[in-house]
Amino acid sequence: MATQHSRSAARIMMAPAVTLLLGWMLVPLIATLYLSFRDYRPMRGGDLGFAGLENYTRFIGSSSFWPSILTTLIIVGGVLAITIVFGVLLALLLDRPMWGQGVVRILVIAPFFVMPTVSALVWKNMFMDPTNGLLAHLWRFFGADPVVWMSEQSLLSIIIIVSWQWLPFATLILLTAIQSLDGEQLEASEMDGAPTLARFWYIILPHLSRAITIVLLIQTIFLLSIFAEIFVTTGGAFGTKTLTYLIFQRISESQAVGLGSAGGVYAIILANIVAIFLMRIVGKNLD
Amino acid sequence: MARSVTTQQKAINTALAWAVGLLIFFPILWTILTSFKTEGQAISDPPVFLFFDWTLENYRVVQERSNYTNFLWNSIFISVGSTLLGLLVAIPAAWSMAFTPSKRTKDILMWMLSTKMLPAVGVLYPIYIGAAKMGLLDSRTALVIVIMLINLPIIIWMLYTYFREIPGEILEAARMDGASLKEEIVYILTPMAVPGIASTLLLNIILAWNEAFWTINLTVTKAAPLTAFIASYSSPEGLFYAKLSAASTMAIAPILIMGWFSQKQLVRGLTFGAVK
Repeated sequence: MATQHSRSAARIMMAPAVTLLLGWMLVPLIATLYLSFRDYRPMRGGDLGFAGLENYTRFIGSSSFWPSILTTLIIVGGVLAITIVFGVLLALLLDRPMWGQGVVRILVIAPFFVMPTVSALVWKNMFMDPTNGLLAHLWRFFGADPVVWMSEQSLLSIIIIVSWQWLPFATLILLTAIQSLDGEQLEASEMDGAPTLARFWYIILPHLSRAITIVLLIQTIFLLSIFAEIFVTTGGAFGTKTLTYLIFQRISESQAVGLGSAGGVYAIILANIVAIFLMRIVGKNLD
Repeated sequence: MARSVTTQQKAINTALAWAVGLLIFFPILWTILTSFKTEGQAISDPPVFLFFDWTLENYRVVQERSNYTNFLWNSIFISVGSTLLGLLVAIPAAWSMAFTPSKRTKDILMWMLSTKMLPAVGVLYPIYIGAAKMGLLDSRTALVIVIMLINLPIIIWMLYTYFREIPGEILEAARMDGASLKEEIVYILTPMAVPGIASTLLLNIILAWNEAFWTINLTVTKAAPLTAFIASYSSPEGLFYAKLSAASTMAIAPILIMGWFSQKQLVRGLTFGAVK
């Protein structure tokens, strides 16, 4: 079917997309690489010359680097654990026969469509504010001292907000996967008298493993670069400075572009390690 | 799945699922309710749920103080513009990969996906300076282009998975019947491709609408969409819960409605076709 003619037509049809993405990938990447080897400070005289590997060693050597890596890992790990555990439970629940399933589904996925700045600000002010927040009212109702969420439990606060945003995504994908499970197999195990927990452990969970892996990897890619949720809540204070936020501060706030670019290269390497695993799984699906 | 359940079991499932569903939805519901309260009622202790003096005052104030319609228009322009531009580039590419695949098609698709993995912060400065040099800082044009580029891999992938499901035999049958290339495209392929294109359009408008890294970093006021408009509420002044709620409700309402329509496509779009 693929004649010489249709091949060249295909090439022409591909050209705009390939060119654009190639440019989008290479130009900023090369620029960032270049900047990462320069002592570049736009506010203090611009390009102050070749810096060798100094930006790279200084970025890692700074006192905020390892804390930022730890913060990133805690946030990503916390959100992944919450969204996957509750996502599986919620998907199992939503898969059962009930009245108004469609409506419940809509309620559950709604947070995913709320823009990050809105969900962060609504949570920060209307729920987590220590005097007027709803959680403070709740705490006081039970006679407890309200939690000062954003400063004393800052990491937990961010994890709660981001988990709320991503739980719908995990639930929806896991629900889709559960619904493709072979009903007969489950019924047979039910008739054989397999207890619920055993059925979950030996049939449902293995079936979900691929979907869980996909949720894990896709969320990791997005979670590594969360920005707005921190930008509008703590602004990186109270130990919520992730690697992404640290780079943002170096570049935008302290205008140390060379240093920030070296950090950017680290972030790109980190994201690529995750991406390799994700791509393998997605790629298998193409054959 | 035809599993027999007793009515009692079904009732328990229903109660449990609704409770959890409402709990997850509650922050949105609370925001919408608060937007109709006075500032005093918005922080009253104990909180009031439904029995308060419903008012539209907050919406009026938000519009007056910050010119909401300007941000709304920017959001619409940027999300719709970037999606349409993306489709224009993506449809031919996805089309040719789906219908005349070559040995390299898979590699190209994987490479396109890999560009999506590039962390935005890693290339923030070059893009920022590039936009500034071209006089495109705080312009809608810059955001349309940047957001089109970050979503292009998703658009191509979604379209590709949809197009690939169009059976090739139909084309062969049409050719046997003497259909011309134009007839093939107009009468056979287009009607089969439209649903896939529509879902792709919908999902990508949502993604573009909610994009909050580039919209915050590349705009000041003129081209700022709703994501940046809401971010300006991060430094509060006096009582502002009701106004924040009104602004938030206005920012999420259009996309919430669109989102509910696109929930079926969401899974496929965001997993690059790996889960359907």
